[in-house]
Amino acid sequence: MSSSLGNQVGQLARRSILRTLRQPAQIVPAIVFPLFLLAVNTGGLKEATNLPGFPTDSYLTFILAVPFIQGALFSVMNSGTDLARDIETGFLNRLALTPLRGAALLSGLLAGAFVLGVVQAAAYLAVGLIAGAELAAGPAGALVLVLLSVAITVAFGTIGLFAALRFGSGEAVQGLFPVFFVFLFLSAMTLPLDLLTTDWFHAIASVNPVTYLLEAIRSLLIEGWNLGDLALGFGIAAAIGALGMLAASSALKSRLVRT
Amino acid sequence: MTTETQRSGGIEVESLVREFKNGPRAVDGIDLEVARGEIYGFLGPNGAGKSTTVLMLTTLLPPTSGSARVGGFDVVEQGPQVRASIGAALQEAALDPLLTGREHMRLQTALHGLGKAERESRGNELLERVGLAHAADRKVGGYSGGMKRRLDLALALAHRPRILFLDEPTTGLDIQSRTALWEEVARLAAEDGVTVFLTTQYLEEADALANRVGIIDHGHLVAEGTPAELKAEIGRPTVEAAPREEGDRERMTAVLGRFGQGAGSSPRGVAVRLDGGESQLAEVVRALDAEGIAIEHLQLHAPSLDDVFLAKTGRSLEGAAEEEPADAETETAAPA
Amino acid sequence: MSEQRTAGVRAVARGVAWRSIHNFLTNPAFLVPSLLFPLFFFVSFAGGLAAIGEVPGFDFPSGYTAFQFVFVLLQSAAFGGVFTGFAMARDFESGFGRRYMLAASHRSGIVLGYALAALFRAFVTWTVLSAVAVVAGMEIAGSGGEIVALYALAVLVNVAATMWAAGVALRVRSIQGGPLMQFPTFLVLFLAPVYVPLDLLSGWIHTIASINPVTALLEAGRGFISGDPVLAAAAFAIGLTLSLLFAAWARGGLRSAEAAG
Ligand SMILES: Nc1ncnc2c1ncn2[C@@H]1O[C@H](COP(=O)(O)OP(=O)(O)OP(=O)(O)O)[C@@H](O)[C@H]1O
Ligand SMILES: [Mg+2]
Repeated sequence: MSSSLGNQVGQLARRSILRTLRQPAQIVPAIVFPLFLLAVNTGGLKEATNLPGFPTDSYLTFILAVPFIQGALFSVMNSGTDLARDIETGFLNRLALTPLRGAALLSGLLAGAFVLGVVQAAAYLAVGLIAGAELAAGPAGALVLVLLSVAITVAFGTIGLFAALRFGSGEAVQGLFPVFFVFLFLSAMTLPLDLLTTDWFHAIASVNPVTYLLEAIRSLLIEGWNLGDLALGFGIAAAIGALGMLAASSALKSRLVRT
Repeated sequence: MTTETQRSGGIEVESLVREFKNGPRAVDGIDLEVARGEIYGFLGPNGAGKSTTVLMLTTLLPPTSGSARVGGFDVVEQGPQVRASIGAALQEAALDPLLTGREHMRLQTALHGLGKAERESRGNELLERVGLAHAADRKVGGYSGGMKRRLDLALALAHRPRILFLDEPTTGLDIQSRTALWEEVARLAAEDGVTVFLTTQYLEEADALANRVGIIDHGHLVAEGTPAELKAEIGRPTVEAAPREEGDRERMTAVLGRFGQGAGSSPRGVAVRLDGGESQLAEVVRALDAEGIAIEHLQLHAPSLDDVFLAKTGRSLEGAAEEEPADAETETAAPA
Repeated sequence: MSEQRTAGVRAVARGVAWRSIHNFLTNPAFLVPSLLFPLFFFVSFAGGLAAIGEVPGFDFPSGYTAFQFVFVLLQSAAFGGVFTGFAMARDFESGFGRRYMLAASHRSGIVLGYALAALFRAFVTWTVLSAVAVVAGMEIAGSGGEIVALYALAVLVNVAATMWAAGVALRVRSIQGGPLMQFPTFLVLFLAPVYVPLDLLSGWIHTIASINPVTALLEAGRGFISGDPVLAAAAFAIGLTLSLLFAAWARGGLRSAEAAG
């Protein structure tokens, strides 16, 4: 990569980050809403820890994994609607005139999601720990947790980019929200996989990748260092990111040909 | 003096004021009267207060002070009666992109409480009349700007209002659609006796269509009268001439200068406002002939509403939007 | 005069309701979310949390599916109202609201029309939701009358939520008002015994839930479906009071919209 190309990606990333930071209407709900649900679910489902086989005494520790995924969902919306706006205003055409291509351009666009991901992860973890959640893996685990959370955020972000490039409208991107919502809700979100007693629900949740992302985060919070769970979590995030990037690159190519 | 019948189909406005919170006094004491069956043109630049006036007269915005009676009913006290007697096409044609033209008609007639059978026939009749019958079953989202305006007009007429408010009805229309709309409005006034209150930024429109014109600027009515009266008040027509030989230009300017004040010039021609009015035209031709100046082109311009606006406000109407400083310089000399 | 007035209100309400319902039914972007969201809540809560029914002390007789059905029913009632508020805000932003304000001799008919549309919307959702619940084998122990009472309660919740959202929509007159309609509704719904009965809640959430009026609505609804009515009168009184309170709030909104043009 030539230094000028690196510089261009850097400029693009800078814009993406600034744009994210200047839209408190995007940041605030992305942080507050998951925390609100965290509070409500912790209060409402405390009794679940009395179920035989529940892995921890603290429901807060268990459910704390969920905000990280919810935060990542907001990142799909944010990176997608931002790019859709670029398409609608013609800004993308301007980028098309620069030498930037494919993955370089797209990673520049994801910088905002990256930064927001770090902020979100830090906020959730801080609030969770202050409220009394455990972090079995210790300080190093906190680092890995933030890393994993950011990896998930960026991976989901590529799907937002793909949707924006493919459909070209902010409304279409918003329309994706229910789809992600389904993935989250049909996972082992509120109870561990073993305690999903409804057969069909258990079947769906056990093939839902979101379940394993949650389990990877939970392993750090509840067990400590479970390398198998972590590897699966990072692996799924990487796979989603790679697939999303591939799809987004090809959508970008066809959009730039068309316009 | 207005008789009871005139008043019941007309508009009476007295010291009407609207002041916006943290905003300007958009309408600053307006008095006017529109007789039944009359077309009143409300002319003014951007931000003059035209739409604000229309909103108050159509009961969509309460006045800060002053009073207005529309169709004999007070706009503040008798809103429902006012609304029953008026139709309005506002500046932004508020249409639902998801509904078809026919569905809009159906909705509008239903809102006004028309019976089921009448709804259908009235809708078809109006769609036909504004030339949208062929597009009636298409979604409005796919209409052109002109089609939307025409539909908006048809909707305003749904319940046979006696008084019609049109806020800049022809902005954005091509010449053909504009002429068609003018004809329709003129027909409504002439045949059905509908009173029309119409705002516009176009001089030609007020000139061609309105029986009477009110000129509004910064919330004040600065002039009012028939187009002819207003022009007569300013008086003098302009003669514009161009010499056949470019070299005669100087001499031509000198000759024309004897007849009145210079009024700007085109690339080749010379224009002068005639002190003695139209009848001087023959003298001008004779004088040019006597000097041996061959004429390429000669034209007499009647005084325009723009001249009126200029005379009353010191600014030309074109580009006299509110952002402009009040002492905007004018390229033509101000008439005495 | 008064008869004429009623006729005017009715004509306007019918027109406004017709358009909202038409747009709702013909536009998948509106129809699909309002059908799917409650279903997902239901599937996820009733299916995914079924084990909660086995928590010691959980003594709801009709099973966890019925327990959650009541919550999702009332939630979809509330959100049917909020979504209608969105549509209203959009209309007043685009200027379509002015068309109504201009045509309506009696403007209360406008709010009434949106409210009818919201109710229709809720009925469509409830039909689908109830069908799914029955197919999923939900136990219904309540009598016919008790089930009617359950839906009547949901109607009151729908009316109250619509009036709340309408009051916001008419004051803000922009889709920017959306979160303001949605968030408090969400808050008040989830600060109630959503997953377990009130007795099993503890700490701050128990305190809040005990004074949250939605708790009484939920408990009454759950009482109806299990054939063991509790707090029925209180719940109807609360539903009615909220509806009237928010109707006054919406009326104020209408005044504000009139004053702003
Ligand atoms: N809702 C409002 N709040 C504050 N100020 C307003 C509002 N509506 C209009 N104004 C102001 O009142 C003045 C008159 O506006 P109005 O819309 O009546 O002008 P207009 O003559 O219709 O202009 P145009 O030709 O651009 O339509 C303007 O200065 C405008 O900024
Ligand atoms: Mg205007």
